Parts: sequence; structure tokens; C-alpha cells
Amino acid sequence: MAAPIEVTGSDTEAQPEAVLAGVDGKKIQGRSLGQIAWMRLKRDKVALTGALVVIVLILIAIFGPFFTQNPLTYHQNLIDPTYNRPKTGFWHSGISGDHWLGVEPGTGRDMLARIVHGARISLLVSFLATLVSVVIGTVMGIIAGYFGGWVDYTISRAMDAFLAFPLLLFAIALVGVVSDGAFGFSGNGLRIGVLVMVIGFFNWPYIGRIIRGQTLSLREREFVDAARSMGARNSYVLFKEVLPNLVAPILVYSTLLIPTNILFEAALSFLGVGVIPPTPSWGGMLTLAVPIYSSDPMYMIIPGMAIFITVLAFNLFGDGLRDALDPRAK
Amino acid sequence: MFAYIIRRLIGAVLMLLLVSLVTFGIFFWLPKLAGQTTDQIAASYVGKAPTAEAIQDTKERLGLDKPVVVQYGSYLKAIVVGKDYKAGPVTDHCPAPCLGYSFRSSQPVLETLLDRAPATASLALGAAVFWLIGGIVTGVVSALRRGSLWDRAAMIIALSGVSLPIYFTGLVSLALFSYTLKIFPGGGSYKPITEDPVMWFQSLVLPWVTLAFLYAAMYARLTRAGMLETMNEDYIRTARAKGLSETTVVTKHALRASLTPILTIFGLDLGLLLGGAVLTESTFGIPGLGQLAISSINSGDLPMVLGVTLITSVSIVGINLIVDLLYAIVDPRVRLG
Repeated sequence: MAAPIEVTGSDTEAQPEAVLAGVDGKKIQGRSLGQIAWMRLKRDKVALTGALVVIVLILIAIFGPFFTQNPLTYHQNLIDPTYNRPKTGFWHSGISGDHWLGVEPGTGRDMLARIVHGARISLLVSFLATLVSVVIGTVMGIIAGYFGGWVDYTISRAMDAFLAFPLLLFAIALVGVVSDGAFGFSGNGLRIGVLVMVIGFFNWPYIGRIIRGQTLSLREREFVDAARSMGARNSYVLFKEVLPNLVAPILVYSTLLIPTNILFEAALSFLGVGVIPPTPSWGGMLTLAVPIYSSDPMYMIIPGMAIFITVLAFNLFGDGLRDALDPRAK
Repeated sequence: MFAYIIRRLIGAVLMLLLVSLVTFGIFFWLPKLAGQTTDQIAASYVGKAPTAEAIQDTKERLGLDKPVVVQYGSYLKAIVVGKDYKAGPVTDHCPAPCLGYSFRSSQPVLETLLDRAPATASLALGAAVFWLIGGIVTGVVSALRRGSLWDRAAMIIALSGVSLPIYFTGLVSLALFSYTLKIFPGGGSYKPITEDPVMWFQSLVLPWVTLAFLYAAMYARLTRAGMLETMNEDYIRTARAKGLSETTVVTKHALRASLTPILTIFGLDLGLLLGGAVLTESTFGIPGLGQLAISSINSGDLPMVLGVTLITSVSIVGINLIVDLLYAIVDPRVRLG
């Protein structure tokens, strides 16, 4: 008599549904890279704080100027004519119920309004400049990495050359040369355009190098071979097969490039080649603070902290995003 | 090795040609492109109330009416073989390498550059010592004690460091240590080391520390990331398996490999700073190449601007060459060829 092969009973029978149901009754399912990254990011409280601050700053830059006072209105009555600094507030900052961040020495212009309007300029220039860098860097990097050979050699040497340029000097010289009216534009519109192009154009090699490296390894993958063997053209492979796989690094390094560009814009404004006064800018305020930092320290601290908080928030968020999207780079 | 150096030197010369070409383009070609006439360009070099004769004179003296290519050619020729300037009856000879004369002060450019270089070099080299030691030590310790209190504190400070504009930290340190506590002299008190070594040192402490803080923060982050990656390599396990002491494993094996990318960045950073630490110099009032560059750009002194950008590029290219040669010594995996 043969032993019963057929084993019955619920305790030994395979129950795929039960496994999928998971331990706590939650269903186990496949997750996309985006979902995994979001899960990691959700756990990273520091990065989330950064992201929150970034969102608030963007909202302030967009909507804030509608709610503040006029940043150009003088309040001479608040200024002590002997010392040329605000009469009231601690450290002669002029901080009061009417002026939450105090007033500017000499003119009495509202600091909160100037900071909020400055945020708009700072974020506008740095976002657009980042966009320029990312577009040029991605296109150059992907072409260099995909085609290789002399194309790669030429683009790589160009990137090396850019890194060896005294960029800050060039940027100052450029802005200085086209300062008043060129290409049919004038005033702050031209200035912002020039700032965006200069900052964006000089920063593309950083993104370009990363994209090139990533493309080099993507090029050898099976799905690229498959696409090519089915007769896809180069442009199709580049933009439909390779580019979607580069979204993660592009996103991460864009987020990390924005704070660099904020600092670059502030530095140019500090050196007097940013937007034209009286339009407020954070760097420009610090220039005015240099000769008076000892008598009116708050005038130096407020724009400095504005730059610091903004740049730090973007850096925290960018670092967190990198860790979430690329677990190897930690 | 010898062929490598020759090849790199040729590359360096090409690089310098490119930089000078771009600078030349910015000042002579771009204004034309933006719609300025030759007369307007010449007028901007004359002064406040340009007369027709003065403009004509400037145009001829500077060769502004010639094509940009010809102007560039004569600039390069002057660097290689020198140039004679006719100033009335006397002829002034400017020996090679001739960078021309300032439009504003009429001083030879090379002389002014050499005059300003020591201040910038004092600032950059001093800060480099601080940031290399500070950044690398912090990074290594953080990587070895990953996740510890030290690591987290150091990385928070480092992230803050890279998020702070240098002119702001400079102003805060001046307000704190110079104005309030009166430990160090204020801005603009720089004296050459040959004149007053004590004052030279005292006036540079704050700029050194301020500049070094920014770079140390960057290098600490880089070193930490590099060390974390290297410590997972197979050869580290091999080194430990051989029974080497942890100190030897960390310094001789891990750190040596992590230093290569840092050396590359160090070459670029130091080279750039030696050409003028623009922001630090203007914050602390140090009369170096950076301040010279800014004032020359603001006054449209083209020969001076070209001189500063060229000297900056020379230092970047030169230091990069040295760094690439050092690679072979630091990292045994690198073979030059």
C-alpha cells in the first residue's frame, strides 16, 4: 500500500495569497524606483524640513511681494540724522510692529519688503540659470557619453577648459560690458537675462560630467542594444531610451546646483554687477552693510541669514534627494 | 613621463590662448555685437568728457579701428617678442613678456600684477594649509566614526559652511573678533611681509580662517564620502587580513586612494584663488589681484583685466599640471602615459 502522496490540510498547502498578504495583513507589492525613493525620503526628517522651507521660500518669492510694503518707500522720520541709522529697536535695527525686520540705515526703507523682493530676484535668477545649465549639460553630456570617440574627446576637453576659467572674473566682465542696453533690452530685464545666461552657461560642465558618466554605462545596457537592433535611430535611443534613465541624477544635481547659483548671484550682486539698485537684492544689501557693519550689525545679519537659510534648505533637500534616489552615494 | 609633460604643456598653452581669446572677445567683440560703435567703445576708455580728437587718438593708439583678429594678434606678439610704444619723440620698449600698459594708470601691466601677487599668494597659501588639514582630518574622523555624534555635528557644521557666503562670514568675523573683541585688526590693515611681518600675520588670520572654513567644509564632505567608499573596497579587507594595524590601513591604504579626487579639486581651487580671491579680498580690503581685477573691470581697463585673467589661468593650468604629476606618487594605481 502506497503511502498517501497527496497531503491535505491547510497548514501545509502553499498559500501564495497569504504570503502576499504580508505580516500585518498589508499586501506586498512591487514598488517602482520612485516609490522606493519617496519612502526613503519620507524617513529623512532633515531633508523633509529642507523641502518644506524650500516650498515656503518659493511661495514667499511668488506671492510675498503682493503683501509687503513698498520696498522703495523712504521712512526718513525713523532715521537718526546724526548717525544715519535707525533711531529705535535693539542694535539700532529699527525693528518695530510696523517694520518686522527693521529699516535700512540712511533711507529707512522696510527691510522685510526688501528681503521678500530680494527672494524673488534670487530664486528667479538661480532657477532659470539652473535650467540653462541643466539643458546644456544634459545635451552635451548625453552626446559625449553616447557617441564617444572624437565627439566625447572634444566635449570633455571643453568641459575641462570651462573648469579652468576664472568664472567670477568673466561673469563680472560680461555683465559690466553689456550693462546698459544691448540686444534690444535694457534695465533690469537685460541684467536678469545676462545674469541667467552667464551663471547658467558657466555651470553646465558640472552637470555635463555627471550625465556623461551615467550615459557611458547606460550605453552598454541590453535595452539600448535591443532598441538599436530593432532599428531605432540614434535620436530615438538618446531621448526615449537613455534620457528617461537619467531623470534621477538630473533631478538631484539640479537641486544641488540651485544653491550654488543662489550664492553666485548673491556674489555678483555683492560685487555690484547684479540687478540695478534700487531693486533690492540680498548680495547688494550686504555690499551696503560692509562700511557700517560695526554701527548697524542687523543690517548685515538679515540679508546674510536670508542667503544662508535659503542655500542651506536647498542643500539639505538636495542631499536627502540624492541619498533617496541613489542609495550607493551616501 | 617626459612625453606626458610635453603633451600637457602644449595643452596648457592652448588653454591660455583660449582664455585670452575669450577675454578679448568679451571686451572687443561683444560690445560690437551688442550694438556699440567703435567710437563709443573708444569713448569709454577716454574718460568723463570725451572730445572728438581724444576719441580718434585713443582709437589709433589702441588700434580699435583694426579688426579684432588683428588686435588680438598684436597682443599675442607683444607677449612673445615684446613691443615698442611710440610716445612722441621717445620710443618706449616693453620687453617680452609684454602685457601692455594700463589704460588708466599707464603703468606696465606685468609690474602691477607682480606688485599685487604677494598679497593674494599670502592669503591663498595660508588658507590652503588650514583648510587641507582641517577638512581632511574632519572628513577622515567622520568617516571612521560614521553615525556618531562627532560625525553628525561635523557634517552639520560642514553643510552650514558650504551654505554661507564668504563675504558674510567675513563680515561677521570682523564684527566679532575685530570690532567687538578687538583681538585682530580690522579690514584694510594688510601690510607686506617684508615691511611688517607681525602686522602681515595679524591682518591675515581672520581672512585665512574665513576662507579656510568655506573650503574645509567642502573638503570634509568630499573626504568623508571618499573614505566611506574606499573603506568598503576589497583591498582594505586584504590589508586588514594581512594583519596591518588599523592606522596603517587608514592612512596608507584608504586615505591615499581617497586623496586623488581631492587633489584634483585642490588644484583647481588653489589655482583659482592664486589668481585673486575676489570676494575675500574685497571683504577684508586686501590689495591683491582680486581687488585689482574688480577695479580694472569697473574702470574698463582692458589690458589689466586681460593680465589678471591670464595670470589666473596660468596658475590654474600650472597647478593642475603639478597635481597630475603628484597623482602618480599619491595613488599607485595611476600610470601617466
